[in-house]
Amino acid sequence: MAAFYEWFRWLYDATGINLTILYDACDRRRFVGGFLTTVQLATSCIVLSVVIGIAGAWLQGSRLRLTRRIVYWYIQFFRNTPPLVQLYFFYFGVGAYFKTTAGTPLISNITWAILGLSMYAGAFNVEIFRSGIEAVPKATVEAAESFGFSRLQAYRHIVLPLAFRVCLPALNNNLVNLVKTTSISYAIAVPEMLYVSAQIWSDSVNVKEMMNVLLICYVGLVGLFVYAMHRWERAMHVPGYGG
Amino acid sequence: MSLRPLPVGTDLPVLLPRATALAQRAAQERLRGNPIATLDPRHAALLFAAFVCAAAYAQAQAPVSQPPIIDTIWKWTPLLGTGFAFNIAISALAMAIGTAFGTLLGLAQVSRKNAVRKVAWFVTNFFRNAPWLVLLFYCMFLLPFKVTIFGVSVPLPDWVKATFGLSLPVMANMSEIVRGAVQSIPSGQWESAASFAFTRRQTLWMIILPQCIKRMLPPWMNLYSILTVGTVLVSVVGVSEVMTLTGDVLASENRADLLMPFYFYILAWFFLYCYPIARWTVHLERRYAVNF
Repeated sequence: MAAFYEWFRWLYDATGINLTILYDACDRRRFVGGFLTTVQLATSCIVLSVVIGIAGAWLQGSRLRLTRRIVYWYIQFFRNTPPLVQLYFFYFGVGAYFKTTAGTPLISNITWAILGLSMYAGAFNVEIFRSGIEAVPKATVEAAESFGFSRLQAYRHIVLPLAFRVCLPALNNNLVNLVKTTSISYAIAVPEMLYVSAQIWSDSVNVKEMMNVLLICYVGLVGLFVYAMHRWERAMHVPGYGG
Repeated sequence: MSLRPLPVGTDLPVLLPRATALAQRAAQERLRGNPIATLDPRHAALLFAAFVCAAAYAQAQAPVSQPPIIDTIWKWTPLLGTGFAFNIAISALAMAIGTAFGTLLGLAQVSRKNAVRKVAWFVTNFFRNAPWLVLLFYCMFLLPFKVTIFGVSVPLPDWVKATFGLSLPVMANMSEIVRGAVQSIPSGQWESAASFAFTRRQTLWMIILPQCIKRMLPPWMNLYSILTVGTVLVSVVGVSEVMTLTGDVLASENRADLLMPFYFYILAWFFLYCYPIARWTVHLERRYAVNF
């Protein structure tokens, strides 16, 4: 492995292509850390936004008018404002109130990024799940009940699996968009891939190399995600609905 | 899972029309590569209310010696206006470049040559999958500050580089829009053109593309409004557009209570610019939906 890394030092000496992230242990650690942070950020946001989506869709079917209005305005707010503004709002606006008396923030910037981005993607997910649940006819639920399913059982075993299959293509689009949007947490100094790369290129003055590495890493990551989700979507496709 | 097709024309739907609507929406979004912007007058009312509340709060918080907040905002409006005009210029230019190259790329995606199709597909998906901010950084740092063409050196200021950076994702999205539109034209059009002895190029330019324009216009306008909102990203790389200028103004005024009114003020400008576009897009979509 050491010989492999040393080859890149030789490459730098011979051609001037300075890939410090391969031969310099410190830069390598930083970049791998940044990559993992991006993956962690994306994974947490995906999970949390799906949870928000399901919970929101359930709340939207509530009998209380107030609950429905709150969910409605939540969706309107997060759908129609740029995510960068939302992130600033959470980190600088709301974050200012969550401080100890000594002035150290109680909630770290990565937590704010996860919260903010999940709320953003969650707003779209609520609508998607809601439409999916509404696509399941009442007759199906009644049929399940006639087989002795309780309401919750019918929801869990009949409505949700069907609704999920209907939702998947739209959900997919949204989640892919979310993974790409994680890069804006650069603006609140979350040490993700873009932020770390900016640090590395300002320390090692290898903007060109880092830029290419960064672009390839992002496109690879998103491409892999798109491919996996597309495969899953095809496997879950309900025959006869949508292309 | 069996792939047995569902019986057509049954009165016992397995799923309600919502399912089809959702599938259509997903397909549309995939074509546009972006969520569809929806704006209505209630947003304007809410935004205005938020602006008034923030301004009133700031006014109440300010010491007596300070000039009224409306004066402060009015004083800076010409400066912010130039910044906003800059945003519009960047968006228009990026859209023009992106549309021109995107159309070529989209046509390459429906080329009869396998290699051309594959390369165009790869380029399109490469730029569609890359985050906008990363592409912006890429152009900001990697384009030279001046280029020499035939001995004449042309300077490339930051905003030009940023414009190129924004036009790359626009190009990729445009390419998908063109491909989708061309493929949505019924094959009978191609066949009848061929029976009139049109060449492939003639068919494309004189028969297919004119029909595509109708289908491409709504997604193209949607892309433009997303790009316009996206121009604030340029502030992250330090071009002096409206967000950067707002930051400068706030720094020079040095009053924490001005933060909210100023940001709501800028948001209102973006709303005023994007709202007519969004409404017109919806209108065109409805009108053309009937025709096909």
